[in-house]
Amino acid sequence: MALDQSFVGRTYPPTPAYEVGREKIREFAEAVGDTNPAYTDPEAAKALGYPDVIAPPTFVFSITYRAAGQVVQDPQLGLDYSRVVHGDQKFAYVRPVRAGDRLTVTSTIEAIKTMAGNDIVDIRGEVHDESGEHVVTAFTKLVARAAEEA
Amino acid sequence: MTASIAHGAVEVGTELPAQSFPVTRATLVQYAGASGDFNPIHWNEKFAREVGLPDVIAHGMFTMAEAIRVVTDWAGDPGAVVEYGVRFTKPVVVPNDGTGALIEVSGKVAAVLDDNLVRVDLLAMSEGKKVLGMARAVVRLA
Repeated sequence: MALDQSFVGRTYPPTPAYEVGREKIREFAEAVGDTNPAYTDPEAAKALGYPDVIAPPTFVFSITYRAAGQVVQDPQLGLDYSRVVHGDQKFAYVRPVRAGDRLTVTSTIEAIKTMAGNDIVDIRGEVHDESGEHVVTAFTKLVARAAEEA
Repeated sequence: MTASIAHGAVEVGTELPAQSFPVTRATLVQYAGASGDFNPIHWNEKFAREVGLPDVIAHGMFTMAEAIRVVTDWAGDPGAVVEYGVRFTKPVVVPNDGTGALIEVSGKVAAVLDDNLVRVDLLAMSEGKKVLGMARAVVRLA
């Protein structure tokens, strides 16, 4: 069933701040097997010009995806969450996420399309730090696959 | 921003060192914990098959995280990545055989841009299938 186009442009309230911890960055870097010292050694990060360890580029998704949940679980929109798959993901960085950041995400529905019975929702998540500085924008395309014939 | 590769040292077609990234069930459990994505299609074989998948599959975001390492390892500074996007075209199937799967990633400079930027196009393969589409990163070089 086609989703309501009037939701395009809807912006959800900013999420509560997520505090990025050094050990959480380390845990993520270890999980993806990335040994770049900029993720774990503050001195190595400082040598690159950063005030503290930085996070791998895709780390921020765990924060923006949770924020996109506001859209996915909006009962008024009525997306069938059990059929949702991740279609595309893109990030535009102003600066890397780093330890000590307190990040909030503001999600906006950019587009809603229906193709071959699949509902496709584009969500833009703007990530800001505590001082209001723009850090990164996450563009997430979610596809709710068409229900199969019973 | 101190990438270790000079902008003037690359041209369209410059190849980045290719890398292979193994992924096992244990890798997926570890990634689930670190990322907070506990979708059972990434760890529960029974559930994965029930929703029509051939087996447990890797998180698309895990594959995305591995692919960009070809760029960050090359550039030296992971914070030099200014844009990165992918399309999730095919799942990386991870069998429970102790060996798992292999994600093979190569990349080359597709465009030399102003402001010390280059665009790198990435190719990520697993089991002979392209698992990411339109995988592109823009990175600022020295």
